[in-house]
Amino acid sequence: MHKKISEYIIETCIKLSGLIVILFVVSIFLFLLKDSLSLFGVYSVRDFLFGKNWLPISEPPKFGLIPLFLGSLYVTIGAIAICVPLGVGSAMYIAEVAPSYLKHVLKSLVEILAAIPSVVLGFIGIVWMGPFLRKALHLNTGMCGLTGSLLLAFMALPTVISISEDAVIGVPKTFKEAAFGLGATRWQALWRIVLPSASSGIIAAVMLGIGRVIGETMVVMMVTGNSPVIPTSLLQPLRTMTATIAGEMGETVSGSEHYFALFAVGLILFIITFIINFIADICLRRARK
Amino acid sequence: MILTIVLILAAGIAGCSEDVDPNEPTGFIQVKGSDTIVNAAQMVSEQFMKDYPHVFVAITGGGSGVGIASLINGTCDVATASREMKPKEIEIANKRGVFPKELTVAYDGVALIVNESNPIDRLTIDDLHKIFTGKATNWKEFGGKDMEIVTLSREVSSGTHMYFKEEVVQLGKKGSTEEFSSQTLLLSSSQAIVEEVAANEAAIGYLGMGYVSERTKALLISNDDIAYLPNVDNVRQKKYPLSRPLYFYTNGEPTGVNKLFVDFALGPAGQRQFMEAGFVPIGETAVAQENQ
Repeated sequence: MHKKISEYIIETCIKLSGLIVILFVVSIFLFLLKDSLSLFGVYSVRDFLFGKNWLPISEPPKFGLIPLFLGSLYVTIGAIAICVPLGVGSAMYIAEVAPSYLKHVLKSLVEILAAIPSVVLGFIGIVWMGPFLRKALHLNTGMCGLTGSLLLAFMALPTVISISEDAVIGVPKTFKEAAFGLGATRWQALWRIVLPSASSGIIAAVMLGIGRVIGETMVVMMVTGNSPVIPTSLLQPLRTMTATIAGEMGETVSGSEHYFALFAVGLILFIITFIINFIADICLRRARK
Repeated sequence: MILTIVLILAAGIAGCSEDVDPNEPTGFIQVKGSDTIVNAAQMVSEQFMKDYPHVFVAITGGGSGVGIASLINGTCDVATASREMKPKEIEIANKRGVFPKELTVAYDGVALIVNESNPIDRLTIDDLHKIFTGKATNWKEFGGKDMEIVTLSREVSSGTHMYFKEEVVQLGKKGSTEEFSSQTLLLSSSQAIVEEVAANEAAIGYLGMGYVSERTKALLISNDDIAYLPNVDNVRQKKYPLSRPLYFYTNGEPTGVNKLFVDFALGPAGQRQFMEAGFVPIGETAVAQENQ
């Protein structure tokens, strides 16, 4: 009897904590939606979603999302293009090739990489990487999308490495043994058997990496220059959605049009990360089957 | 265990309350706003806390817009600003029961800085207008090297951004709709502008003259005729074209510890800190007497 009661209490507690998480997500969404809708009362949705200018303090203000959205998109694509080959490569090395002593060292180094505060990376970007890229590529300024992409790639690496490593380890040993049995070399087994079998997990890793990159704020605010232009290349200063919210939130009077516009940007960001995480989740599920 | 903690806390509280003279002012002042003033305000507050050790002053930057917004939102006691409050902001403030009281605390010149190796020494306001609106994009148009100009600006929360936009980008014309060129980099602090200008030969940026250092070169600025450097004398005599006052805003007449702080900032000791931070004090005589 006593056991039953305690079991019941514990079960309810666990259930409650699960429900609370759902409640948090839903209420954050509703909160963002409520304040964004206040913007659309005074500013048209079309001008917001397809406007080409972000001029929040002009008279009249313009809240066009396009430059910010493209800024985020460019930086993210750049970061993923740099980080995925590197991340998946090192995951395969750690999981399949590296001798066991090196494996442990590499794994802890990856964890250390994850522990670097983003503001420190941003600082490295300002004083070292930006000027370096400017000289190396003969740019006008080192504060550009590429600097942001490179630093964000570093930030997403640990996520991509550890999740793809799990995926690679999760491939049944028999697959590889069968490949060796058929006379495949180590490279052939890795490239043709292990990698395709782990692909769902790797896609999930990439998706979570994207989620990490697109939501990152401090680094991009410090190094990308924040010009609200419609970017045409990564070698140009650009402004992301996250940097806009962080840079402008402090000066808005709560309840003003500008304040609601930033919430609307936040809503778009939330929807994007939600979709990305959803895709990642589906891929992870498929990988486990 | 818990009992010990409670005892220690109680002893701590008792220990604190013992040495406070009941006549001594105590309290907490939150000062927020202009990045231009933040260093000077920090110096003033350090002096202030030496005189009044039981009043704690917290200084935060972020930009004049941040200060004004938090005064309206009720999250700071004193807002510092390098621009006047806009009528629209005062209107919103009044609606929320906040009645901003403006005090001029010092004068400042907005300096234009370029890299040490840039041969350009002087520009006119009109040149600056062309550069920052994107009508002129190469230094050779002004007799410099053949390089594309990289224009640096502060974020939109900055009072200096607003001032510069009104005076240079829109040339002081009311109703002008000219904007900063969209190629302009918007950096989040004055220090970030210093860093980029010090590292980038093609860059030009603006900031409060308190931030001018040997690492960058301040330009001589003219309206049409004689060009002046942004320094204390030229700003005091209003010769430097981009001179402006710096403000403190409080909700209504300052009272209590806020009044103490504001009076201190306007008094000789506070004004001297502004001067040391590179600004022009308001009452020269007070500071002169103090110096003798």
